[in-house]
Amino acid sequence: MQGNEACVEGALYVGCKFFAGYPITPATEITERMAWRMHEMGGVSIQLEDEIASIAAIIGASWTGTKAMTATSGPGFSLMQENLGYACMTETPIVIVNVQRGGPSTGQPTKASQGDVMQTRWGSHGDYETIVLAPNSVQEMFDLTIEAFNLSEKYRVPTIVLSDADIGHMRGKFTVSEDIKFIDRKYCTKHVEHNAFICDEGLVPEFPKFGQGHRVHITGLTHDVSGYPKTTDPEIHAKLVSRLVKKIRNHSNEISRTEILNPKADTILVTYGSPSNSVFEVLSENHNIGLFRLITLWPFPETEMKQIAKTAKHILVLEMNLGQIYWEVERIARQAGCQKVELFSKIGGEIHKPDEIIKRLKNEVL
Amino acid sequence: MKFFDLYRKDRWPHMFCPGCGIGTAMNCFFRAFAESRLNQDKTVFVSGIGCSGRIPSYILADSLHTTHGRPIAFAGGIKLANPELKVVVFTGDGDLGAIGGNHFINGCRRNIDLTVICINNYIYGMTGGQVSTTTPFGYYTSTTPYGNKEYPFDLSEVAVAAGANYVTRWTTYHVKSLTKSIKKALVKDGFSFVEIVSQCPTQFGRRNDMISARQVFEWLKKNSVLHKKAHTLVEDHLDLNLMGKITVGEFVERNREAYTKVIGVRK
Ligand SMILES: Cc1ncc(C[n+]2csc(CCOP(=O)(O)OP(=O)(O)O)c2C)c(N)n1
Ligand code: SF4
Repeated sequence: MQGNEACVEGALYVGCKFFAGYPITPATEITERMAWRMHEMGGVSIQLEDEIASIAAIIGASWTGTKAMTATSGPGFSLMQENLGYACMTETPIVIVNVQRGGPSTGQPTKASQGDVMQTRWGSHGDYETIVLAPNSVQEMFDLTIEAFNLSEKYRVPTIVLSDADIGHMRGKFTVSEDIKFIDRKYCTKHVEHNAFICDEGLVPEFPKFGQGHRVHITGLTHDVSGYPKTTDPEIHAKLVSRLVKKIRNHSNEISRTEILNPKADTILVTYGSPSNSVFEVLSENHNIGLFRLITLWPFPETEMKQIAKTAKHILVLEMNLGQIYWEVERIARQAGCQKVELFSKIGGEIHKPDEIIKRLKNEVL
Repeated sequence: MKFFDLYRKDRWPHMFCPGCGIGTAMNCFFRAFAESRLNQDKTVFVSGIGCSGRIPSYILADSLHTTHGRPIAFAGGIKLANPELKVVVFTGDGDLGAIGGNHFINGCRRNIDLTVICINNYIYGMTGGQVSTTTPFGYYTSTTPYGNKEYPFDLSEVAVAAGANYVTRWTTYHVKSLTKSIKKALVKDGFSFVEIVSQCPTQFGRRNDMISARQVFEWLKKNSVLHKKAHTLVEDHLDLNLMGKITVGEFVERNREAYTKVIGVRK
């Protein structure tokens, strides 16, 4: 199966019952497969007039208590930004799959890239946090789509599966593990008309789904716990937006996932998504090199990074852009004591080849 | 359910200006809703951004105040995910005809079971009186200091051409007919569109020699022509506003099966 198809199967497996999308290379296979598989599973899949409508529709669907998803690539993801912020502000669980291609603009439709890493975090206006996962295989397209739904339900936050053209079109097998967990959002049990956004120290309010008589008002305007617009009180705004950010940052240790090999090595390669496959090859023949693979990009696994950087002498960040996650790694690693933090960029659509990585490291360790 | 049960009373006083037509539009809607015996707990109200977009925040029911221009897209998702819910959209002429134009025409064509109510006040009320896609030719707004040089959209004719199942237009003067048409739109299968031409004394009237709400209201009344009659007039062929006339009435009634009913059925 293709990575994109595995993503569809993951979504259906976790109970996604609504999909809306607009065709775009290299994510189109998701919209196409959804069109028939979703129907077989008793849900609704629809192709809309654009990506703005697609994300709007899944947010609407989510308010009926339905797990909902859309899939796109860079140009479509750019169009989604305003409503992505709306989902953050209204705390609507949704999953967005971005199968990255080369940008900016129409760029390289069929080529892989990791150019949207920062956009997943800062693309919409205002302060907010999202959760972003970076699969590196067909298996992870399945697994991380499920995880994305679980996290999005748990924290009531838009969650993004940040894939790329190579992973989306990669063919391979995946297995369905027996201990896959399914997390559903916590629904309000009591009538919450005036308390739609009240929450405990977990910072995530219970969800008042539409059609249950809660009579809630949901708005993208700054609102207090009642859900009603309160747009001029500085305190109410600060309280709301800080909570939206904190509910993710405070749980970053629970959310963040990494894959770490040879943590005590002097040289650590930091990577995620497609290039990590080359790094595995390098590691299989060079046991003195370590790997720090980000499975969660945002929130950034800061604690683990610090740990690694305490003993590492040289950190090399490999990514298919001109430096995005690099700045986060550099900031944390330097604070933790590693002074040599370098970037190995590659853009144009091809991943770093193992021999290129070895060549780059030659003068250092080999 | 009584008329007043639909008001979210703890939100009073509302934010609309004195004399604004939105109050009349809301009253007609509430009456129509109550008389249709619909269940407020099984109805979701969706809106975009603008003065008209604030209507759902005064309705005691589940409501989603979305982003500028997109309410039809949000509403479609709600309806498809839970077809048991009745979904009503409130929008403005800018929300619907400008930034949301694509969702509007495709919504009419797709024919999902939605009731879309547009308050057409010929101007951007909320942002302070800028030109809209429905501002009549020659009229003044804060961004057309020399008068509007563009020709307006006739939103109802657009809805007819795009395939809506039911299209009607009245002004805030025609409260009885308007209430009747809203009732029809609420129970009509598929995409129904109600255009309410409404007075915005603050932003439209003030700039066009109609200082009071009453003057705009009189202007609407004077310029309205019944759709049936208008068929014999030149104006109708030239579309709304070009000759300074507002055709009112029911523009189309089709019986295309709603999208929600045909979805997934191979025909
Ligand atoms: C993307 C975006 N662009 C611009 C705005 C600013 N804005 C808010 S309401 C509005 C126009 C509203 O006009 P209309 O839809 O006619 O509604 P009215 O206020 O007249 O009822 C604009 C341009 C916005 N909120 N979002
Ligand atoms: S600005 Fe115009 S549309 Fe808005 S509330 Fe005032 S009168 Fe009504």
